Amino acid sequence: METLFEAWHLVAARDPALMQIVGLSLYVSLTASFLAACIGIPLGAALAIWSFPLRGVLVVLSTSLMALPPVVVGLSVYLLLSRAGPLGALGLLFTPGAMIIAQTILITPIILALTREAVLPLRRDYDALLLSVDAGPRLKLVTLIWDARYGVVTAILAGFGRALAEVGAVLIVGGNINGLTRVMTTTIALETSKGNLELALALGTILLTIAVSVNALIHGLARFGRRYEVTR
Amino acid sequence: MKHLLCALFLAVFAAPLLAGEKYITLASTTSTQNSGLFDAILPLFTAKTGIKVRVVAVGTGQALRIARNGDADALLVHHRPSEEAFVAEGYGIDRLDVMYNDFILVGPETDPAQISKAENAIGALSSIAHTSANFASRGDDSGTHKKEQELWRAAGISPSGRWYLETGSGMGATLNFSKAKLTYTLTDRGTWITFGNKGSLKRLFSGDKSLFNPYGIILVNPARHPHVKLDMARAFSDWMISPEGQKAISDFRIDGFQAFCPNANNIAAEIADRAACPAEAD
Repeated sequence: METLFEAWHLVAARDPALMQIVGLSLYVSLTASFLAACIGIPLGAALAIWSFPLRGVLVVLSTSLMALPPVVVGLSVYLLLSRAGPLGALGLLFTPGAMIIAQTILITPIILALTREAVLPLRRDYDALLLSVDAGPRLKLVTLIWDARYGVVTAILAGFGRALAEVGAVLIVGGNINGLTRVMTTTIALETSKGNLELALALGTILLTIAVSVNALIHGLARFGRRYEVTR
Repeated sequence: MKHLLCALFLAVFAAPLLAGEKYITLASTTSTQNSGLFDAILPLFTAKTGIKVRVVAVGTGQALRIARNGDADALLVHHRPSEEAFVAEGYGIDRLDVMYNDFILVGPETDPAQISKAENAIGALSSIAHTSANFASRGDDSGTHKKEQELWRAAGISPSGRWYLETGSGMGATLNFSKAKLTYTLTDRGTWITFGNKGSLKRLFSGDKSLFNPYGIILVNPARHPHVKLDMARAFSDWMISPEGQKAISDFRIDGFQAFCPNANNIAAEIADRAACPAEAD
């Protein structure tokens, strides 16, 4: 119990080492969520809107990739970015950049599949309308993503949550280097391995608090948006 | 939008290249990291040379693999035969002795296999095997795991059965397991002293010469990996074996106990003297 308070005391005192770890966690996972959203949302919407050969295969593939184990992603990115690997010359291994790449790969399928689920019902409703105004593919995509935006935000949040919570991928490609690539989850794993179980648990509650704050913020924004629409 | 994306990509991926910070990457083991040794000595080296040391702490097997791939500039690990093979295969150069401590056998304080009365480490392991007392093995190809396998081989036992439990994880995780399941296990002393979840686990056997645990530093061979920062890595290994570095290692204390004993250059004398170092501490 005492260590639980101790960890929160570090938060209250804005302990620089802890602040840096929290900041890096947010930086890496938010950047990865942004990149994954840029890739996953248009692709997910496109999978919902258009039918083309092999679409079924792609749908099954994207939903299956939601089950990608972080360790496998981490290992693949490690082999890719290792000096012995194809992208080794970039020198990205054991940097936050490598962690962002790994998390982006991990959560893109989640955002893609959930976006597709959000857009799919709307497409049926809008098909006739979009056809009547002779909407081009770009307009079609943008309209449907915009109208599915609450579902899409949920998709991004699901991705962000996964990125913030995972430890397997960032541990392998980041190396858990003190002051450089150490994030919340790898710190929790490290403290557990030192037998400092209460401290590890306290750090876990901090991580959860951050996740709750981010989700509450976005949920609040969405509610504000809905109310604005109604009163418009 | 596209510009924003480009800017972001640059920020993410170019930042480490542009930073221009002087640093080396050191692949090392969890035992050195978890004990807090690096936190104590690396700032001294950085203050003197301006070179930062980025420590990637993994098991010895994985550390060797990282260095083999050229993803580290230097190695600080603890399994002499693997280190010598690494150099012999041309992946590393200039292996040097830096420091040592020892392995110890820990277990439940009731000591069902009576290993605290054993004459040597082999006798202790034999009584664990003969009484089929639960034993937790790292099973992860780490330095400690390799050491454990050597000891079983020396005892002429190939451990198997329901009493021999492979955790396949790090030292800390294995100690957490041992504490919960009340098993014996082999651990390095540094990790044991700092470990915060001992419960009813006790150090039951230590002090045998065969439990000697030497750490060596190796530079990654630039002939294999031209990008490695040989000069800075050499500056680090030179500092580690310098009187200043050796003093920093011996000054490092965990709860008042010395966890690592410097032994650059004069290993034979130090082995003879090792009854006094490290301090008998739990």
